[in-house]
Parts: sequence; structure tokens; C-alpha cells
Amino acid sequence: MSAFLEVKDLHVSFPTGDGVVRAVDGLSFSVEKGKTLAIVGESGSGKSVTAQAVMGLLNRNFADITGQVWLDGQDLLAMSDDQVRELRGESMAMIFQDPMSSLHPFYRIGDQLMEAVRIHHKVSKSEARERAIDALRQVGIPAPERRVDDYPHQLSGGMRQRVMIAMALINSPQLLIADEPTTALDVTVQAQITELMLKLQAETGTTLMIITHDLGVVADMADEVTVMYAGRAVEMGTTDDIYYRPEMPYTLGLLASVPRLDSDLSERLDPIPGNPPSLINLPRGCVFSPRCTFKGEVADNRCATERPELLASTPGHLVRCHLNAAQRQAARESTT
Amino acid sequence: MTESVEREEVLRVEGLRVYFPVKSRGVFPRTVGQIKAVDGVDLSVDRGETLGLVGESGCGKSTTGRAILRLIDPTAGHVVINGTDVAGMSRRQLRPVRKQAQMIFQDPYNALNPRHTVGAIIGAPFKIQKIDPPGGIRTAVQEIMERVGLNPEHVNRYPNEFSGGQRQRIGIARAIALRPRLIICDEPVSALDVSIQAQILNLLQDLQEEFKVSYLFIAHDLAVVRQIAHRVAVMYLGHIVETAPRSVLYSEPMHPYTNALLSAVPVPDPRVQSERERILLGGDLPSPLNPPSGCVFHTRCFIAQDRCRTEVPQMRTMAPDHEVACHFPITEPLKGGVIHGPDPGLTAPLPGEPGYWSETVTDLGGVGSPRLDSANSTDEGI
Repeated sequence: MSAFLEVKDLHVSFPTGDGVVRAVDGLSFSVEKGKTLAIVGESGSGKSVTAQAVMGLLNRNFADITGQVWLDGQDLLAMSDDQVRELRGESMAMIFQDPMSSLHPFYRIGDQLMEAVRIHHKVSKSEARERAIDALRQVGIPAPERRVDDYPHQLSGGMRQRVMIAMALINSPQLLIADEPTTALDVTVQAQITELMLKLQAETGTTLMIITHDLGVVADMADEVTVMYAGRAVEMGTTDDIYYRPEMPYTLGLLASVPRLDSDLSERLDPIPGNPPSLINLPRGCVFSPRCTFKGEVADNRCATERPELLASTPGHLVRCHLNAAQRQAARESTT
Repeated sequence: MTESVEREEVLRVEGLRVYFPVKSRGVFPRTVGQIKAVDGVDLSVDRGETLGLVGESGCGKSTTGRAILRLIDPTAGHVVINGTDVAGMSRRQLRPVRKQAQMIFQDPYNALNPRHTVGAIIGAPFKIQKIDPPGGIRTAVQEIMERVGLNPEHVNRYPNEFSGGQRQRIGIARAIALRPRLIICDEPVSALDVSIQAQILNLLQDLQEEFKVSYLFIAHDLAVVRQIAHRVAVMYLGHIVETAPRSVLYSEPMHPYTNALLSAVPVPDPRVQSERERILLGGDLPSPLNPPSGCVFHTRCFIAQDRCRTEVPQMRTMAPDHEVACHFPITEPLKGGVIHGPDPGLTAPLPGEPGYWSETVTDLGGVGSPRLDSANSTDEGI
């Protein structure tokens, strides 16, 4: 299997009055066809900017972007805006966190879906309408032939997110990027949408890239996980690698800070101390070192002076950390 | 509720109702309906106890919290804080009560006045209540800042100089400044990143241990509530449907809604997640403008029967401290696979049918926001 989406050495920075914000700093990853990659991180980790860079949604007048984004053999970053626009919605589509601000409030959802069809295909209005109704049916909207004439405000949050998914999938894209697809929804609706996305992916074989901070959603959906912190990948691997054999202290801390329904009731949470760094003024060594509780174990204060590389610990499991294998093992045992 | 000698009730709420009028449009708006945001809520919180109040958006949990502190005036019912019924009090009468009952808000960005220094924000409760702490307000403020994990030297900084987690610490410092007996925490960690969330939850637990303060902890995240609450009340569409001690609620939930809610929360563990039994509820929360007849949950319930459509279930005590409002409480653990609730196609109302979403939204267009701006709260002396 070859990589369907491959991002190589992606850098995105935004020059601002206060300095250059390095939102993504040398990120590389790949996703195989039909698989699901989750990019996990907290606010400011660069996960959403990565998604926007892949989709070509960043305005290059305000963002400096370098690197390569290969989608099915074509480098998106080397293309013109017009060429990317042809792919967007057809080969790759995106679902956003907030369905209300992503649907146009003045147009009927049917018209918005039909526009998505007719931009990429020469079909009649009635045929596009048929496709819109089909797409709504596919995502479980009841009575789609009547709902197709609704305005977004007439739908509930869960229904709107279904419409968003219908719009993203209407041209059968090969790559679907979902940016926090369930964050704005209630848990019971969240469960419906997760189930729906898994079902649709099984039916269509779409390659999926999920951007999220929710480790529960990742456990449900992902094959591979990339953990991001302060603009860079700090750990990458299969879902099992990340959940059962995590090595980077940030991943360990993240897993230990999440309250779980199946934890021991007497246990207190084990939070990561401190706050994330400013992206304008990053620490000199490892970006996580100011908050890392294991940095004292590395000799010569290397964590504070030298940026660690992202290196394979086992095949396919990459970790950016100065700790050696035995120290990582001990760190994992001390947090779980 | 079983009474025992050690228990000391800090808060008791009885039959709390909050209805928002829905007005027609036009020059002379008439009241054409009522949104029953909170419809008969009973609860109590003991000294040093945390009661978690959970539910999905629109269930009335925040309105309940705000009505208790009279940020919204209740339509009916009693709110007894430390033995005083505050439901009918005037603003002037309320002021001394607010020494005892404070609030922490969800959004640490909007709950702090951006033009006030941290010192002024945390010191405001002293000034409003005309309390002169030994050593002066500034010293007291710096002690509190230290206690909640802020650098006391930052007393002259403004809120925009702090991160989200630090701002929530400022909000907590303001709330504990006067050592209240009760703090209403309205989604205090949901706007924060997970690593910061855990810090704040631990801080709230430490402060409770130190000051024996009681929390009414309002949240939508069941895993967060499980971490901090001693007892949990589950709310749905203005009603409390189940109350139980934490260990019981999470292991033996009896109300079908609690069961569905718990099964919907993903566990950050792929293997556990793939083996869990799931209940998928169909549809969305019905409109509170036109709530379903009988049991409000029957339109989404996977075990609903005819009786549920007509008869309102009363709260029943099923075990010590475990109360459930359901005609058919689940006493045997649910087994196996995915249980689907009613098909959303059968329950989601269509255009023209009662409860159709657009009706609610257009009708609401005429109503001013009933919410009190949390940013004003400092001046109100809360």
C-alpha cells in the first residue's frame, strides 16, 4: 500500500506585529488509502492549521507555507489556486467543527448541496437535486425530499452536522478531513455522528484525516495517530502504539490528564504542570521540556538546549524525545 | 434523601421552575407560550459535598444554577441557602447571602472585566461586602492568588495577560475570596484544554478539602463529573431524571437516559471502546417550548411503552439515596452490542408538526436573551 496523502516537511508561519508565529514547524506524515489518521493536540498545537494547509485554505498573503503536500501523486503546494480549487470538493473535502458557521444561513440546504455538485459536474438542476436528496438520505436525515428545502436554522445541531457531512461527501471525495467533527455536539449526538462517519467510510473507502483534541473520539475511529505539540509532531504510531505503548512524556501526560469513565474512583488526575509555550518565542531545546517532569533524567541538560529529532523507536512508531528506551519504559510505568 | 446527624444542608432546592415567556412579534407583543427551561427541580447539597448536575445542552442545568443564585428570577419554587429562602428576596436582601454563595463561570475570557486588574477583580467581593480583612485587601488578595496557583506579584496585571487556565484560576480566586459555603461551578473546565482541565479539577478538590466548601458542579462531561462529584443528578429537558451517589450512578444507572448518556461517552482506550455496549439514541433534544407528553424522554427512549406517552413518571427512591423518575427503571445490566433508540425519522418532527425546529427558532426571535451577562457579575457583588 502506498501513501495516498503525504505531507513532507510542512512549515506554516504567520508574521504578526509581535513576531513570527510558527504554527507548524517541520511536520511530515502520510496516510494510506482508506485508512484513518488522527492528528491530536491541544489548542495552539498546529493541528487545524495543518488541515487548512492541506486543503489550500490558508491565504498565502498572510501565511508563509513551505514543504510538500502530495495527494495521490500531485503536490498541492506547487499548484495554482485555480488548480487546487478544482480538487477541493471533488477529490478532497472538509468537515468543520461548527456547522452553523459553515452553512450559508440565507440559502436552502438543498441549494448549497446542489451548488457543490454543479461546480464540479455538468448536470441538470433536477439531477443535482436528486443527488442532494440522496446525499441527505445517506447521512440519515429523515424525509430528505422535504428537508432539502429547509434553511440551516431550521435544523438542530446534529442535523446540521449531518448536512455538512452530506455536502462533503456528495462528490465522493477520496480524502475527507474532519476538523473537530463532534466537538460542538452533545454526547448522544456525538455518538450518532461518529457511528455515521465510520459507516460511510466503510461504504465508500474514503481516506480520513481527523483533527481532534478528544482522545475518546480517536480511540473510536483512528488507525494511526500523530500527537502534536507546539507546531510539531512529538509522537506518531498506530492507535495501539499511542494508547498502550506511549513513549513521549507529553503523550503520557495527555493520557493521564483525561478523566475516564472506567478509572479507579479514588484516583486523582495527574495533570501536566504549567502552560503551553508561546509559538512566537519557543523554548530553545525540546519544546515540551519546560513542562516535562522527566527532563532531569537526561544528562547535560540536553532537553533545554538541544531539539530532539523524531526517531523510530520501533518500526512505524516515531518519538521525539531525548529519553532512552529504559527511561521511557520507567516514565510510562510511573504514570500508569 | 435520608437524614443523618452529620449532614448539614447548605443548599436545598424545592420545586424550582424557571419559565421564559415567548412573545409574538409586532408592536404589541403578547405572550404566546412559555419555554419551560426548568420544570420542577428538587435537589440538595450538604456541607463539603459536591453535587454534579449533568445533562446535554438545553436541558436546563445552567438555568438551574443561575436561578439558585438569583441571576435569573425563578418562576416558582424554593431555594434555601444556609437555611434562608432566597427565592423571594429583593436585591438588597440578597447581598449578605452572596457572601455565602458564589459562582464560577464557564468562559474565563468573558467572566473577567478586561479593564480591571486581577487585584481589583479578586478584591471586589471584599469591597462590595464591606469586609476589611486583617492586613488589608491587597494582602488578602495576594494570599488567595498564591493559594490558587497564581503568582502574587501579578496582582497588577490585566486578564488578557493570562492564559485560559490562569484566568479560570482568577475566577476561582474571586469565588473563594470570602470563604463561601457554596460555589456554583457552571462548566468550569469545558473551555480548557485537557492538560489544564486536570489542573483546575485538582485545585477545586484541594480547596474543598481545605475550606469545606460545597459545590454544585454543572457540566455536560460525565467523565469530568465522575472525577469530582460525590453525588450526581442527571437532567433532561428541565427535569431531574435520576440522582444517585457517584459510585452507584456510574455502575448501576437505572434511567434509560443515564444509560444512553454513559454509553455515548467515548473511553480513551481503543480496545475497551470496541468491546463496549452502546446505546445510540435517535433524534435530538425535543423543543422545550412544546415538550413531549408523559415522560419527557419517551420520544428518544429505547424501552418506552404506551404508559410513558401519557403518564408523567414521579421520582421514586429505588435504593438509599438513589432516586429515579422512570416507569420502567433498568435494574438488570444491559447486555450486548448496539441498542438503537427510535429511528430519528420517526421522532424528529417534520415541517408543520408540533415541535418542529423552525417553530422554536422563529418564535424565539422575538425574545430578548434572558441570560444575564456574566461579565457584569463583578459589579453585582456575586
